[in-house]
Amino acid sequence: MLRRIRVILAVLFFLAVTGLFLDFTGTIHAWLGWTAKIQFLPAVLALNVGVVLFLVVLTLILGRVYCSVICPLGVMQDIISWLSGRRKKKRFRFSYSPEVKWSRYGVLAVFIVALLAGIGSLVALFAPYSSYGRIVSNLFAPLYQWGNNLLAYFAERADSYAFYETEVWMKGLGTFIVAAVTFIVIAVLAWRNGRTYCNTICPVGTVLGFLSRYALFRPVIDAGKCKECGLCSRKCKVSCINYKEFRIDYSRCVDCMDCIDTCKHGAIHFACRLKKSEPAKEEGKPVDTARRGFLTATAVVAASATLQAQEKKVDGGLAVIEDKKIPVRATRIVPPGALGIRHFEQHCTACQLCVSVCPNGVLRPSSGMMTLMQPEMSYERGYCRPECMRCSEVCPAGAIRPITVADKSATHIGHAVWVRENCIPLTDGVSCGNCARHCPVWAILMVPSDPENPDSPKIPVVNEERCIGCGACENLCPARPFSAIYVEGHEVHHEG
Amino acid sequence: METNEKKDKEMSRRTFFKVLGTAGVVSAGLVACGDKQKKVLSEMAAEIPTDKMTYRVNPSTGDKVSLLGFGMMRLPSVGGRSAREGNEAIDQEMVNRMVDFAIAHGVNYFDTSPAYCRGESERATGIALSRYPRDKYFIATKLSNFAPSTWSREASIAMYKNSFKELQVDYIDYLLLHAVGMGGGMEEFEARYIKNGMLDYLLEERRAGRIRNLGFSYHGDIKVFDYLLSKHDEYKWDFVQIQLNYLDWQYAKEINPRNTDAEYLYGELAKRKIPAIIMEPLLGGRLSNLPNNIMARLKQREPERSVASWAFRYAGSYPDVLVVLSGMTCMEHLQDNLRTYCPLKPLTEDEVHFLHDTATLMMEYDTIPCNDCKYCMPCPYGLDIPAILLHYNKCLNEGNIPTSSQDENYRKARRVYLVGYDRSVPKLRQASHCIGCNQCSPHCPQGIDIPKELHRIDRYVERLKRETL
Repeated sequence: MLRRIRVILAVLFFLAVTGLFLDFTGTIHAWLGWTAKIQFLPAVLALNVGVVLFLVVLTLILGRVYCSVICPLGVMQDIISWLSGRRKKKRFRFSYSPEVKWSRYGVLAVFIVALLAGIGSLVALFAPYSSYGRIVSNLFAPLYQWGNNLLAYFAERADSYAFYETEVWMKGLGTFIVAAVTFIVIAVLAWRNGRTYCNTICPVGTVLGFLSRYALFRPVIDAGKCKECGLCSRKCKVSCINYKEFRIDYSRCVDCMDCIDTCKHGAIHFACRLKKSEPAKEEGKPVDTARRGFLTATAVVAASATLQAQEKKVDGGLAVIEDKKIPVRATRIVPPGALGIRHFEQHCTACQLCVSVCPNGVLRPSSGMMTLMQPEMSYERGYCRPECMRCSEVCPAGAIRPITVADKSATHIGHAVWVRENCIPLTDGVSCGNCARHCPVWAILMVPSDPENPDSPKIPVVNEERCIGCGACENLCPARPFSAIYVEGHEVHHEG
Repeated sequence: METNEKKDKEMSRRTFFKVLGTAGVVSAGLVACGDKQKKVLSEMAAEIPTDKMTYRVNPSTGDKVSLLGFGMMRLPSVGGRSAREGNEAIDQEMVNRMVDFAIAHGVNYFDTSPAYCRGESERATGIALSRYPRDKYFIATKLSNFAPSTWSREASIAMYKNSFKELQVDYIDYLLLHAVGMGGGMEEFEARYIKNGMLDYLLEERRAGRIRNLGFSYHGDIKVFDYLLSKHDEYKWDFVQIQLNYLDWQYAKEINPRNTDAEYLYGELAKRKIPAIIMEPLLGGRLSNLPNNIMARLKQREPERSVASWAFRYAGSYPDVLVVLSGMTCMEHLQDNLRTYCPLKPLTEDEVHFLHDTATLMMEYDTIPCNDCKYCMPCPYGLDIPAILLHYNKCLNEGNIPTSSQDENYRKARRVYLVGYDRSVPKLRQASHCIGCNQCSPHCPQGIDIPKELHRIDRYVERLKRETL
């Protein structure tokens, strides 16, 4: 019974969280966004006291049900392990092993140090929810999107607008490789030994395990009834039941209830610790500490070839459009709601949820060493559209705070800078002004390039005070592969 | 028997734009099926007679010309789509099959240009036609020296000479000064044909017999048209090509003040007994793809005829019309047109009034007069101009241009517009990328201010996306 409840809840949570990463239309976030927000590390980084308190209390009462039900990476391992167990003679393939303390606490120590030192890439590497997000958004989302595109293909032919095509693209090679390696390692471990990852590596598992030692309810072996058959131990995917001594290691037990269902003698019960329930001291996790500043790179804007207008002699055909290249930005750009680069780095768990939902192809994981996998913005494929607030709606870690359309249009995340060498009116001798035409805050004016001659080609001038850094100008600039106007990020966003 | 079933299934209709005909193989000699079966077939799928084509006689050469002329501007591509939607090569096999079918049913006038289909049309036409004896067909091509770099005498002559090579012929039946009046009007006309002595050169070529008929096609500035006709005694135009259809008869000027009503153009030619060749009888498909209520109005009178057939009958009913051109992309277009002209059933006076009334109704729709001729293309910045305009027109015709978020069908119409926009036009080729360089506008035979329309559509799309309507 308890096991069945656990399985049903786990499947529901798992589908919900997975859905968040797959649904590029942004419809289910309104209903299920909370399943990401109650994840442990994002909640800690978001300073979401309510959720953290709830999870701590939950663990103190029921043990590590979080790991069995809420954590998608844990459930993913359960699924893989379950598939593995369906093979012949593999149903009872586990055995008791002692706790690997050095690994658990070692990783936790590294993790906390990384968190304090601001090495976001290392934090993101170990965080279970982030790992799962990366795996889904890098490995499974493309499959889902291709499936959708196939439906869109048929819908188009049936004159239906139920499905629309979405672009599938490699957002970051580094992150993709990390995701693939993580998935392979965890899948192999789960296939062979169940939840090895959760009790030797996962820092969240270690923290919760520390609390669950004192959990009010936990499975206990009734030594009187136990026949020492060892079936429970061989079914335990966390290898924490020492049946010979009738002991269970509660720091590793994830309350999956498999043992209770397995025991043929009714010797295991989920029972209340009646003796003394000493209040566990909450492990304070300082997260507000200042971190290292962001390294600023030198800006070298390569001179770029521009698309040359050719004389038209025949009718029809489409000009070849060269892909845009990413300009070297002295300061990277993070989304409105992030408040600034430091705040963003302090809170982001690099779960890729915002990257998955960005409908404009703007967000992608960073490839920098210190910020590897943390999202950043670039405008080759689209720009940060004024009506879109998707990333701020979905961020579970408070790295991107919720924002309104009005606030967004007043939040300066960067400013546009102009590159004379690329500007079409000067290189091609045609009138343009596409940047000024599309600026949502009218921060760009077209002025004659020669102050003495009002008929000279008009060039854009940027009012940095007004510019919000949305990138419409950069994205829609006809100069290729490098735009003649591009956005430099702001370290700290300001409003007004 | 099998052929019959096949034909029945694919009732040719112009709306089947994307489907390339597979039933082109109906052989010319196929014996008409029995009476019993004939009643089962719709008129729109009935056997097309091979010997009923309406012919008109060219007064200057005595040519017996088929009323239906095959326009080689919209040839099919190997992608299977309407040829000109991308950069795909012409589907020569399909072109050959369509030409075979056309000739078997009496078509003998083929109209091409060095500019059509990215410059590939003449060669494809030459390949298809050179398989027939030279006296089986009349070829029309043009001196399409639009680009200023081809205004020189040498470049123009080179273009003219090249047409012979591409078409594999040693004389051209109908040669046109291409689209005079467009772009820079009188000034451009003089640069292209007078100052470089090209018109004198072509007159000389006519005397030498290498050009059997000399004429011009006209769009835009009426001064050039009037000037050329005033010189008729000197130049002796054998024919003139004009845009004529039931919408342009009285509304061309109203649609765009730069243009002139077909009533005037045709009248001036008829007055001088100059045969008229008609282009854009269907406005690039705009007169076949009509708003639903107008479609119903036409269908109500002739339920078993295509909407397009009205436009072709209209153009063909004028007695001084020599040829009505149709740029046919697929077998269905060809078959439908052949049904209309084998033989032509001229419109009654009542029917002409009916069509003029229909035109008045159509004027209430604010469609952009783009005929998808692709003269504006390629856009140097990669936009797909006709696709953007046609998507707008399509949504307008289907009632999917909401003017306010309070509109009853706002949500649905918004989705149809935006999703359909991304389907019809890749993001990088959408109106938001128009920089307004205005290379396109001078090439537009309909005189559309293209950047203005693109910027208007872009602003509209922006409001749809931001939901600020």
